[in-house]
Amino acid sequence: MQRVRLENIKKSYDKQSEVLSDISVEVEPGEFFVLVGPSGCGKSTMLRIIAGLEEITSGTLIFGDAVVNDIHPSKRGITMVFQNYALYPHMTVEENIGFGLQVKKLKKQVRKEKVEEVATMLGLSDYLKRKPRQLSGGQRQRVALARSIVNEQPICLMDEPLSNLDAKLRAHMRSELRRLQKKLGFTMIYVTHDQVEAMTMGDRMMILDKGHVQQIGTPMDIYNYPENTFVATFIGSPPMNLKQVDIQKETCTIQLSSNVVISINKPIANKLPSSVIFGIRPEHVMQPAEGSVVYKAPIVNVALLGNETLISIDLDGEEWICKWGGQWNYKIGQLLEFSINEEEVCMFNTKTEKIIQKGIIA
Amino acid sequence: MSLWKRSVNVRVGLLYLLPSIVLFGLFVFYPMAKTIYLSFFLTNQNGVPVYFNGIENYTYIFTSDEFRNSMKATLLFVIYTVPISVVLALVLAILANEKLRGVGIYRTIFSSTMGMSVAASAVIWLFLFHPSVGAFNNVLKAINLPTVQWLLDPDWALLSISMTTIWMNIGFNFLVILGGLQNIDESLYESATIDGAGYFAKLRKITLPLLSPTLFFIVTISLINAFQSFGQIDILTKGGPIQSTNLVVYSIYKEAFINYQFGTASAQAIVLFFVVLIVTILQFKFGERKVHYQ
Repeated sequence: MQRVRLENIKKSYDKQSEVLSDISVEVEPGEFFVLVGPSGCGKSTMLRIIAGLEEITSGTLIFGDAVVNDIHPSKRGITMVFQNYALYPHMTVEENIGFGLQVKKLKKQVRKEKVEEVATMLGLSDYLKRKPRQLSGGQRQRVALARSIVNEQPICLMDEPLSNLDAKLRAHMRSELRRLQKKLGFTMIYVTHDQVEAMTMGDRMMILDKGHVQQIGTPMDIYNYPENTFVATFIGSPPMNLKQVDIQKETCTIQLSSNVVISINKPIANKLPSSVIFGIRPEHVMQPAEGSVVYKAPIVNVALLGNETLISIDLDGEEWICKWGGQWNYKIGQLLEFSINEEEVCMFNTKTEKIIQKGIIA
Repeated sequence: MSLWKRSVNVRVGLLYLLPSIVLFGLFVFYPMAKTIYLSFFLTNQNGVPVYFNGIENYTYIFTSDEFRNSMKATLLFVIYTVPISVVLALVLAILANEKLRGVGIYRTIFSSTMGMSVAASAVIWLFLFHPSVGAFNNVLKAINLPTVQWLLDPDWALLSISMTTIWMNIGFNFLVILGGLQNIDESLYESATIDGAGYFAKLRKITLPLLSPTLFFIVTISLINAFQSFGQIDILTKGGPIQSTNLVVYSIYKEAFINYQFGTASAQAIVLFFVVLIVTILQFKFGERKVHYQ
């Protein structure tokens, strides 16, 4: 277990454009920390910087209490699982798992015991004599995992390790990885572009976009209190519904479309700028409960998923999605009656796209 | 269904194969058959078989000192050239595979001999080897060493030819090995770096095993090429001095087109064919065990 601290880390390949700009974050010992963002956001670069595979342009990287900027990757006390697993194709599973131990010149007997112990833990005992090409994708993934944990380092880095698995196996491996990490207690820094992975696995997560930190926090914090529109749309599936609206200060209303007009109370209306981005998650555009204000909008699409239904409605050119539990057999073109959970409304600044208000009360 | 209808797939297939069948037939299969045929005959000056000689041509070449000497020179030549040109190309390719600024220039230089014809390269070396104005002897003179009769001394001529050949082959070998190196996944090295493997450990445990299919291919091709070398000998030494560079293919050429003995020349060609075949089979049998195909 070890703390990992990044202080004002910058990375630039050509001294002009920055791949990572001013990243500062602290990962607690034993924490499962997820780096998430769209492809090209710099998350893999950040992981490779922590591993020492990329040089730092400026800033400080600290493991525990020691600055490791110029420490060789093998001396940093890390292991890494690559996206393509990076298994040696000419070695058996046993040799693959034991490679790091062999390089560190451990005695053959000790090596064998450790490899067998880890192989048993991950259910690979029957495959030790096989070559990677004779294994399925899931088994290869386990070998990569075994190779990483057999080295017993305090920090483990993973670069999209589950992206080559099919959906069912991925779901299984998610919980297995998480269980393993908690059992062995190492600090995990985990890169993914899959927000479901980030939400379900991480103790905390960091959202990156174009080399900038967007938000750091627990998955629920980030889901409930997104700091900006990027986070609001990146986390959550389907994404948060957004629409730029004007605040009618005299009437204290917001006009979402010609026939959807929402009232807000005066103190909030006065606090807000004249124009904001109105955001609400699909599950908070609800079926009307007794006593709630009912709005109407035409349906443009209905997707029945079995346990829930995604209903798309048209708000004067802006398409919003409502997520309702159960099966709702609406026809396209019908008017949908819905209400809005006002406590869950997010208001974002139109220029900075940062959040300025959560919840409105009529 | 009639045979004509049933065979439609075969006929269409043959039609596609026709161009290569014609070309191979004309330039490979027919000459091969003709060579086998001729090796049992004595011919006149125009190459027309006039007298069926049975296996006499074969018994003749196996008892002749000249042919034995030529086989010996060929084997020495193979031993001199193949290992060195493969190892040298491997070293150059490993160097040129590093991510350094301007490495593209070196890659071009190292592979440039591939674009040069045998004749052009041989002429370059002819000048380098020249006894009085050649660069090599000038360098030797400059550092006060005795000069060498590179192509005229029977003890040196085969070595000189081998040097030329190694130089000529490096371009191709280099390029193929570099291609093989670039096919090795970078993340394997990164993973090994994190595990603490040093440069030579990575070379021995990752690069060489993963490069083994490429190296096997290169060794096979180089062996066959070495057995069949001709152009550089024709230009540099014409088989001399005192037969010291009279490699088998050159000996075949002399026998056929200078001595007009097409029968014995064909017999030599057939013997060479079997030697190359056996060497290649042995190589596949013993060499391929150490090859890791992915």
